Amino acid sequence: MKHRSLQVWLFGLLLLVTGQAAAVLEVTVTEGVTGAIPVAVTPFAWEGAGSAPEDVAQIVGANLVRSGLFQTIGRERLARAPTGPDDFLAEQWAAVGAEYLVIGRLLPEAERVLIEFHVFDVLANQRLGGFRIPVPPEMLRRGAHRVSDIVYEQITGEKGAFSARIAYVGVTGPTDDRRFTLEVADSDGANPRTLFRSSQPLMSPEWSPDGRHLVYVSFENRRSEIFRHNVESGARDRLASFPGINSAPSWSPDGRRLAMSLSRDGTPNIYIMELDTGALTQVTRSNAIDTEPAWSPDGEILYFTSDRAGSAQIYQMRLPAGTAQRLTFEGSSAGAATVSPDGKSLVYVQGGEGGLRLARLDLETRRVTLLTRGRYDKSPSFAPNGSMIIYSSTDRGRGILGSVSRDGRVHQRLAARTGEVREPAWSPL
Amino acid sequence: MNAMIRWGLIILMTGLLAACAQPKRDLTEAERLAAETAAAEAEAADRARREAEARGIGVDRDLRADPLDDPQSLLADRLVYFDFDRDTVRPEFIPMLEAHSRYLSQNPGARLRLEGHTDERGTREYNLALGERRAQSVRRIMTLNGARDTQLEVISYGEEMPVAFTQTEESWARNRRVELVYEVRR
Repeated sequence: MKHRSLQVWLFGLLLLVTGQAAAVLEVTVTEGVTGAIPVAVTPFAWEGAGSAPEDVAQIVGANLVRSGLFQTIGRERLARAPTGPDDFLAEQWAAVGAEYLVIGRLLPEAERVLIEFHVFDVLANQRLGGFRIPVPPEMLRRGAHRVSDIVYEQITGEKGAFSARIAYVGVTGPTDDRRFTLEVADSDGANPRTLFRSSQPLMSPEWSPDGRHLVYVSFENRRSEIFRHNVESGARDRLASFPGINSAPSWSPDGRRLAMSLSRDGTPNIYIMELDTGALTQVTRSNAIDTEPAWSPDGEILYFTSDRAGSAQIYQMRLPAGTAQRLTFEGSSAGAATVSPDGKSLVYVQGGEGGLRLARLDLETRRVTLLTRGRYDKSPSFAPNGSMIIYSSTDRGRGILGSVSRDGRVHQRLAARTGEVREPAWSPL
Repeated sequence: MNAMIRWGLIILMTGLLAACAQPKRDLTEAERLAAETAAAEAEAADRARREAEARGIGVDRDLRADPLDDPQSLLADRLVYFDFDRDTVRPEFIPMLEAHSRYLSQNPGARLRLEGHTDERGTREYNLALGERRAQSVRRIMTLNGARDTQLEVISYGEEMPVAFTQTEESWARNRRVELVYEVRR
């Protein structure tokens, strides 16, 4: 990764407005870093009849800009793209200010389209790599996200997360007749699909580690219950419907267990359910509120929220059932922890004078960094590559999604054109 | 002012402040008071009924209008409001809860749902738990006042079902509530 001057700058840029469903998200980068790396992404030539079904280069460019780390060079300034890697002339691209160049073409075959592309380091005057990705024609957009992941990794050395998806809860309708939906969309908000509709609230969606299921809380039976939903087939089953609240489902990294908060014995405690057998193990035993469990990537530690010391704070407990150790001490409250994919930090909701904001706790140094400046920033979820955190926020009272880079420097918002969106969950890669 | 009185007042005020600042789970004093009041009231009602019966005045329940529909009755009140991040039932709601408890004890077939709610300040899952704790506080007071456990169902919606939608102190105060919902009236 290149290090540059890291002053924060502001701009408003509407990047994506596509699709027709009610819950389409518009993505706006609201804050990035100065000295974003200039990249030229030339239009990918369509080597078939008619015109290309998707503008792959545009999707790739938009993804890179959305990461906050890159800026793209306008098409009107692009030199003629080389037809192959051998025609690459570094000076030509340096002249338009590009530090990296992506060229590509689309080769339609019998049942698929081959996306072929090359990434060049202009300053080093060398080709970083050439790639071919076969995709079904209707999945060209997904293919473009995959290209973005590879380009991102070639330049930064870190995996991209553009081909991951996000699940979230949509809310529409007048205040006395609200409709709740569970939605899944591409990471850029495109291709939204409604998995489930209800006239009662939906809460807390979370992906299974294999990306095939979502778990969530539904009030469809006029009380909180936990459901599992197959994203492809739409099949769903009820996992927890004990007396009291059934909430905060969190999948173990091996996908075999589900941590949750149940108040079946009077007060909410953390339990672990074996998904094969339905067997429950109680993990915490307190008379306080214990909720919002989150697993460490190795599955050995549970982080959770408890108000056992008076205010809600985050604790950790080594499994199977060690003693709880308090982790947060700043702000008036803390909760809803999400664990970074490398297991080295937590991002959580910190309550204080200004409202609810996201903070990151470095688990080794115990240093806390505030990441957002909203008043109702909640429900954080880490991108599978750890680069960004997506969360619920509000804009003039309306529920929107926000995302922030791990270091707190790059901010963007994802708003539905109508209605509200909240409780986002980033899928695994 | 005499120094002794002044000190007395300071001590009294400190005591009051401490009482106000008591942690949220400490309901015992309110509960005890509520229970005592309810017991005294039940006894008075019982005495009045016995006296009325002695004078030959029977109360025909079937001809009486449903007191739940009487807007003048305390039973018309079905909302209990709470302070931020607290589950303590404030004293002004005790008479209303006593009236509902009495109604439940007189109508053993009646069923009441206690639906707990919170404002949006807090994480969603924590709020779900807080809403339940509020509904449980209400249930505790009602069972101490004669309602049977089997007549009461505690449900929490957390912050998911607000009734006021602006981000103001007024809205938050209206959203921090337990709603009494009669599922079966008698």
